[in-house]
Amino acid sequence: MTETHAPTVDETAAAERAGSLCDAALAGDRRALARLLTAVENRTPVAEAALRRLYPIAGHAQLIGITGPPGAGKSTLVAALIAELRRAGRPVAVVAVDPSSPITGGAVLGDRVRMQSYATDDGVFIRSMASRGHSGGLSAATAAAAAVFDAAGFDVVLIETVGTGQSEVEVAATADTTVVVEAPEMGDEIQAIKAGLLEVADIIVVNKGDRPGAHRTAGQLHAMLADAPRESRPGRPVPKHPEVLVTIAATGEGVPELLVALDRHRSAVVGTEGNATRMARAEAQIWTALSDRLHERARSFEAAPIAAALLSSVAAHELDPYAAADRLLDLMVGTNRDDAAGK
Amino acid sequence: MTDRPLKVLIAKPGLDGHDRGAKVLARGLRDEGFEVVYTGLRQTPEMIVTAALQEDVDVVGLSILSGAHMTLVPRICSLLRERGMEDVLVTAGGIIPDDDVPALKESGVAAVFGPGTTIAQVADFLRANARPRD
Repeated sequence: MTETHAPTVDETAAAERAGSLCDAALAGDRRALARLLTAVENRTPVAEAALRRLYPIAGHAQLIGITGPPGAGKSTLVAALIAELRRAGRPVAVVAVDPSSPITGGAVLGDRVRMQSYATDDGVFIRSMASRGHSGGLSAATAAAAAVFDAAGFDVVLIETVGTGQSEVEVAATADTTVVVEAPEMGDEIQAIKAGLLEVADIIVVNKGDRPGAHRTAGQLHAMLADAPRESRPGRPVPKHPEVLVTIAATGEGVPELLVALDRHRSAVVGTEGNATRMARAEAQIWTALSDRLHERARSFEAAPIAAALLSSVAAHELDPYAAADRLLDLMVGTNRDDAAGK
Repeated sequence: MTDRPLKVLIAKPGLDGHDRGAKVLARGLRDEGFEVVYTGLRQTPEMIVTAALQEDVDVVGLSILSGAHMTLVPRICSLLRERGMEDVLVTAGGIIPDDDVPALKESGVAAVFGPGTTIAQVADFLRANARPRD
């Protein structure tokens, strides 16, 4: 329907604004970078134009996901990793996600409290984001925000999820390396073999290593996960064999070892399964964008007379909801689905 | 993007160690639908301005109970201007004598909220006065 169209005035203005923000951000202007991130977070036309420009120059940063239950020490561990990375002179960006209220849309973003020592260090940039109704442990704009930081030249992007339960695993499709942070005594061997969060861990960190039981927890996780069978069968995914480390994030103990493990995992990923990880990420991003686009188009149909007619038909039980949805979908994408599927 | 929540930084500059008020406000503004960044105790003006810049907030709310507001608040306002953030709305709250309010407003503070101010009053003021955004 709208395959090729002349850019509208708004689109031209957005492209110009995106161009000047990108120029400034790439030249090191932190305020422009912050404004770009806001555009990305609000998913404005400026953001789309900016990403078109920035995406091709991104792809060099190491994207590290930090996830785990609330209170395990994710933010404190991020702060300790920042310190360690800065000692090595590596510029680091952080995207820290906290939950939005499903009732009011408001949020308290408190992750910065643990990361305040870098106010005058231009090699550190921390951005808090509210999840804004997105489930999965991240916000809808997290991957795009990471790409902006990546393009802006940050060597490492740390992505801190909301405090997760057992199944918010989206970060694994966003980061090169996923670190699951656990606190001691969070569960026994049965917890360790349950499906979900621990399945996507590339590295497991048992934090608060000075608490009783930390090393026993690490031992159990190691026994159940790191020593799992390694044989691969055709057509079956090979289970991950996460390293299990113990840290005391508050003092930095064990954090240099974590950084070594992160770099080791990254080298391994780039060497072999790297392609698979990046393909998975590309796939996730494209599907997200596609469903956003479809959603937008669907909303533009809400007021159309045909939608009202279909609605009445379904309400009167003359038509079933699936058939109505198919009719709308056909109108939206402007093709017959059977044609599109090559039938 | 008019339906996007306003983003507010609640900051505690200086040496006072009491942040119950700041936390109550952060939580109250959350319930009013704001996205509130809270950065914790004992922040330098540089830390607050860097956080405001990186977070690209619409509002900086400063909570001060120590009496150091005449030093810290103007410093924060001038640092914000230096870094191109003159469009960020700055408000102050805590224990601030009425006599100091005109000077604070002169330095760039839009409003001073004393004891007894309700969360709703603060929320309404921020909604009415925060910068229009692209």
